Amino acid sequence: MKEKLVIIGNGMAPGRMLERLFEAAPGRYDVTIFNAEPRVNYDRIMLSPVLSGEKSFEEIVIHGDGWYIDNGITLYKGHKITGIDRAAKTVTSDKGEIASYDKLVIATGSNPFIIPVPGHDMPGVLTYRDLDDVNAMLLAAQSRDKAVVIGGGLLGLEAAAGLSERGMAVTVLHIMPTLMERQLDPAAGYLLQRALEERGINVMCKANTKAILGDGKVEGVELADGTVIPASLVVMAVGIRPNAQLASDAGLTVNRGIVVDAGMRTSDADIFSLGECAEVDGQVYGLVAPLYKMAEVAASRLSGDETARFEHMDTPTKLKVTGIDLYSLGDFAEGDDREEIVLRDAAAGVYKRLVLKDNRIVGTVLYGETADGAWFNDLKKKQTDISEMRETLIFGQAYQGGGQLDPMAAVAALPDDAEICGCNGVCKGKITGAIAANGLTTLDGVRAHTKASASCGTCTGLVEQLLSLTLGDAYNPAAVTPMCGCTDLGHDDVRRLIKAKGLKTIPAVMQELEWKTSCGCAKCRPALNYYLVADWPDEYADDYQSRFINERVHANIQKDGTYSVVPRMWGGVTSSKELRAIADVVDKFGIPTVKVTGGQRIDMLGIRKEDLPAVWADLGEAGFVSGHAYAKGLRTVKTCVGSDWCRFGTQDSTGLGIRIEKFMWGSWTPAKVKMAVSGCPRNCAEATCKDVGIICVDSGFEIHFAGAAGLDIKGTEVLGHVKTEDEALEHIVALVQMYREQGRYLERIYKWARRIGYDEVRRQIMDDAEKRKSYYDRFVFSQKFAQVDPWSERVSGKDKHEFKPMATLSLEAAE
Amino acid sequence: MSAIAGNWVAVGTVDDIPRRGARCVKNGDMTIAIFRTADDRIFALEDKCPHRNGPLSQGIVHDGCVTCPLHNWVISLETGQAQGADEGATAAFPVRIDGSQVLLALTPAAEKAA
Repeated sequence: MKEKLVIIGNGMAPGRMLERLFEAAPGRYDVTIFNAEPRVNYDRIMLSPVLSGEKSFEEIVIHGDGWYIDNGITLYKGHKITGIDRAAKTVTSDKGEIASYDKLVIATGSNPFIIPVPGHDMPGVLTYRDLDDVNAMLLAAQSRDKAVVIGGGLLGLEAAAGLSERGMAVTVLHIMPTLMERQLDPAAGYLLQRALEERGINVMCKANTKAILGDGKVEGVELADGTVIPASLVVMAVGIRPNAQLASDAGLTVNRGIVVDAGMRTSDADIFSLGECAEVDGQVYGLVAPLYKMAEVAASRLSGDETARFEHMDTPTKLKVTGIDLYSLGDFAEGDDREEIVLRDAAAGVYKRLVLKDNRIVGTVLYGETADGAWFNDLKKKQTDISEMRETLIFGQAYQGGGQLDPMAAVAALPDDAEICGCNGVCKGKITGAIAANGLTTLDGVRAHTKASASCGTCTGLVEQLLSLTLGDAYNPAAVTPMCGCTDLGHDDVRRLIKAKGLKTIPAVMQELEWKTSCGCAKCRPALNYYLVADWPDEYADDYQSRFINERVHANIQKDGTYSVVPRMWGGVTSSKELRAIADVVDKFGIPTVKVTGGQRIDMLGIRKEDLPAVWADLGEAGFVSGHAYAKGLRTVKTCVGSDWCRFGTQDSTGLGIRIEKFMWGSWTPAKVKMAVSGCPRNCAEATCKDVGIICVDSGFEIHFAGAAGLDIKGTEVLGHVKTEDEALEHIVALVQMYREQGRYLERIYKWARRIGYDEVRRQIMDDAEKRKSYYDRFVFSQKFAQVDPWSERVSGKDKHEFKPMATLSLEAAE
Repeated sequence: MSAIAGNWVAVGTVDDIPRRGARCVKNGDMTIAIFRTADDRIFALEDKCPHRNGPLSQGIVHDGCVTCPLHNWVISLETGQAQGADEGATAAFPVRIDGSQVLLALTPAAEKAA
């Protein structure tokens, strides 16, 4: 009988604990997780790069849904635990779920602290804690308006930099005289303030917030001295408090956090706690390295190893703002028994300070040049006597022992047990060992095998140096990311060379561009097939074996190996005849689920592959063609009812949507393309989160582009305004063609546009009529070869072999 | 239509299978995928990815491997073993070509991993 392990909270600490527990004691526990946040485990410390646009949410997910399924974990998303019954050994969620446990882990994390000034509860006042906060900030940032961030600590400054990056005018209010005063001394705080101001962020220290002003929504912030700063968004990042209420209600011992011993046990022996909510030896922690350490201790204890102990650890603080290098570690207060060594280079913006006690380092502050941080940390950890090298200590490791001034020398000279990745506790030897043992050549490879640089990423530079030390010239960090393991060329180079060398088949590309594998892989073949289709629409013969199954059989593969089929419904308009035909097909083939899609089409799910041709034949007879719901191509044009029916409609949005869809269907694109036309700014067709959207207005048509509503949620950018339907069509066709010619395979329009620059797209499509016309003409040309209904092709027998087994053996043959 | 000679069952001809593609053979409840590589080698695997039972016959065939259509695991056609950092295996069946006939043995080449 397995023991029951229940975990409250699904953050980084319990996630790491489970990884370790499954390694140490596989199959020992039935695991149930209750998570108040409605999502899987993600890397919370990477929210700042998501806010600034350097990463997407997908990139920071640690455990996707599959991981929970693979490990047999029951995960309740969006369930908040309301009570723990220690006598009955059960927990109860707000949705009424009751789970009993043998062992319970409380990992409820912390809550952001909100200063209770007047106006703190108005809409427009946010904290900075989870993905919802980030999404709310991103929405607010679209206004390009003014933001105030209260709090000049790590999180506040990252939020400020992110919002500024997203186009807001940002003011940081900090109550202390200098920024990050807990990690930086005043000199480094000053340099940081200057660097932020150079980026256009306004910083006000000694600023005491008195009230948040506004009538129903935020309009500004008033300081104690009467100054008023106008703002439409206020972010409070003034600190966090351990979330210990639940534990306290259950009668567990709680001080600042839930009190645990060095084995992470609370005052109840069957209940553990870890993460930001836990208090060990009077300390609570907020940085990931000690939290991961707690996770490892808890996992050991849960697997029966009673010797694991948590010991206090110092973790370096680094600011995740691109272009600002800052490193702080340990204790740098002044004192009679303390000495310090300081280096200032005002012109270069470099400041370094070492605090010494008895000839040993106790604290380090580095600003502007942080490469020696790991080395100083190592000296501190080992309590090395530095008197021998005191004269040159501040210049760093390269200056010790006659070493040369080589940026590599510092890393080369680090001992194998020097810690490189603080977040994951990975030392140099483990990284170089993994590189050698697994033949790793890339940063991603090191991340996959060691987890180094896979959390906050500030040690990426060190890991790259280790790669180049270990591999020599074989490692080139400046190189573009190759398409896949089969080539060293990036997508853009491959596209350029296909055109320049006139390559017109996949074998020709692989031959000329010196592919390293005999026939590519599942990453490069579909990409090459697309590039060749897009570049040589009249000459290239589509390679079906290089298409993903969805495109090969023109239906969506589902989790159980059945397929779903979506017929095209132009502009989302249908008729009784079409609905009747669909209903008949559903009955005839026993289709289990019929569902309306987000793009206003009807999805028939659960069709066996061998039935597909017959389903298509029946649908085809009723006049349907494939909706390409599976395609990296134009999928739907969603519409509202427009001026035909709507009291507010300004133009015939339905008609325009149908016209666009009939014009553009069948075209292949780097990734899926979804469009919408709304008849007035009320935007009922939700055009402002599509790849291309049109808002009809009295004076014509406002064209939008580069929106997304998937894992990334992004409102559109405005491309421009045109007067007539014909112009609208020409502009969006040209835009899509530009994307078809430049996009990297699987790169959605919003990512392509961000890479190219929104202004560059506007310049080519709105301002350069000649260029627009030539894009338009190339699209029209390629459509001559594209508008073939794949369903009717299959019904007429093309690729028949796909849909039938090769042989069916009798049962006797199987014994 | 399947002639049985010793352990070997004839399941069709090489030309029935597209290059860099697969066809299925149904054997009772089990489906076996027969793959043909770009250089006309033939392999047989149970049509189930060790990860989430994805139909491997529907994947992209490349360099002696197939990439599962559900979650992109890469499976060796020869051994049925998952490649890269993933772990797991699907059953591989011996297969040989006699003239143009494809012959399949219905006993897995190695014990399937649990």
